[in-house]
Amino acid sequence: MSALLQLDKVTIRFGGLTAVSEVSLQIGAQELIGLIGPNGAGKTTLFNLITGVYQPTSGAITFNGQPTAQLKPFELTRLGIARTFQNIRLFASMNVFDNVRTAVQVHRSHGVRNALWRGRAFQTGEAEVTTRVLELLDIFNLGKFRDEPAKCLSYGDQRRLEIVRALATKPKLLLLDEPAAGMNPTEKAELTKLIRFIKEKFQIAVLLVEHDMQVVMGICERIAVLDYGVKIAEGTPVEVRANPKVIEAYLGEEAVKHA
Amino acid sequence: MLSGAKRLLLLAIVMAAVVSLFSAHFNRYYLGIAIDVGINIILAVSLNLINGHTGQFSLGHAGFMAVGGYTAAKFSLVLQPALPPWAQPLIFFVGLAFGGLIAAATGLAVGVPTLRLRGDYLAIVTLGFGEIIRVIFQTTEAFGAATGLTGIPNWTSFGWAWGGAAVSVFVITCLVNSTYGRGFIAVHDDEVAASASGINPVRYKVTAFVIGAFFAGIAGGLYAHHKSFLAPTGFDFMKSIDIVVMVILGGMGRTAGVIIAAILLTLLPEFLRGFADYRMIIYSLLIIGLMLARPQGLFNFGKAAQKA
Repeated sequence: MSALLQLDKVTIRFGGLTAVSEVSLQIGAQELIGLIGPNGAGKTTLFNLITGVYQPTSGAITFNGQPTAQLKPFELTRLGIARTFQNIRLFASMNVFDNVRTAVQVHRSHGVRNALWRGRAFQTGEAEVTTRVLELLDIFNLGKFRDEPAKCLSYGDQRRLEIVRALATKPKLLLLDEPAAGMNPTEKAELTKLIRFIKEKFQIAVLLVEHDMQVVMGICERIAVLDYGVKIAEGTPVEVRANPKVIEAYLGEEAVKHA
Repeated sequence: MLSGAKRLLLLAIVMAAVVSLFSAHFNRYYLGIAIDVGINIILAVSLNLINGHTGQFSLGHAGFMAVGGYTAAKFSLVLQPALPPWAQPLIFFVGLAFGGLIAAATGLAVGVPTLRLRGDYLAIVTLGFGEIIRVIFQTTEAFGAATGLTGIPNWTSFGWAWGGAAVSVFVITCLVNSTYGRGFIAVHDDEVAASASGINPVRYKVTAFVIGAFFAGIAGGLYAHHKSFLAPTGFDFMKSIDIVVMVILGGMGRTAGVIIAAILLTLLPEFLRGFADYRMIIYSLLIIGLMLARPQGLFNFGKAAQKA
């Protein structure tokens, strides 16, 4: 199997509630996949399963050929799964530069001893980090804010900074949890461009959870639809849009009859 | 700037040592207070790593201080008669380091199971731990039990106390101001996001706890050899609270602020001695007033702080 991420009949139950039921999904390297579904369909839960926040009750997740069971979120990040959050979670007391700097260190082995001795290895290491952070910030036009506290940025910039922080961990797969939430049409158009740009520039796979159909239909190569924790459809945007099950899930049975 | 940090450390230690050479000419009362200030700086700065930078509310700092203090004191008491006088600084140094290490080991033992807890729960557990330590020393005959440990050699000079303070400030500042150290602040800000950024929150919390405990242990050793006498009651809950107040007053996570607060809060009760019985009331009122006026900490002037 050449899939980057593979979900095999993944199920999670919270007490009597089955939040995600036997969902199978494959994401290839450098694929842009959308995950949609009505409120409470289990999209974010699935996200949390992939990123190790929850462990599946049954079923298996494989990333890059490696089973991810029992791995903690930070270990999965090291393997190459990065994510953003539905409600932005930046490091509020740090400035923009440090927010990204924190994430850059994932693949470095510098620890306490190094930080205290401050020898040559430490100096070059820190210089490398600075260069990389500034590079990333410049790509996303955030360089001018480098010394601003992260929470002083505008909403759209905070979203972008969160994506930059995720990219700083050098992921193979980027998970975006409703990045368009709370954005106006102009910002949404910019976001669409940005996601496409990220995929091309960094050569990574992207899994996008989104409510906004325009964004999802516009950029995704393949879309999976969840409803009540079950995957009810999967296919190209055109296929999914025409699928009666999807229309039913969103608009109700009546709409299907009239269609 | 970085190699400059090492130079500053050296300068601070040399200065402390030089002042120490002339300490015989100083008023003994003021000298004693100056040493107290140095010890309290170590305590406050090390607790600031745990409570301020890493955001884990610990109320057990006096416990770690007791572990280090009793260990170093016992070490000196056992070895001093056995070794010639010229070996005294060596015994003292090794004893301090040993006390710090035992305190750090205790920090590890306490930290690993408890740092899964958050906020108030962690505070209560560390509070309980601090009390357990105190009771252990209070009931162990080898450590003088309730009467305390007496006859500890009076070795803590101005140089030792302020040299120790310089080392602790250096270590913690260098640690936090590195890319590695941003992890502590990331854990403080948002544990979930830190984990998603590849940071192991438990590891960082335990590291902060162990390093904090180590310096609390050093401070305890210095304290023991300053007062020449250790009583378990000196390490009760109130002592932990005193250190927490220094950290909060100085501004959580602001090293410079915490140092100034440690100095102020050590000097204040001494200046207020003239008010005799009302001293502690005035002291408490001042703290309440300061907290009302500057809840973000007395010396917290950051841009981010103003927005908060």
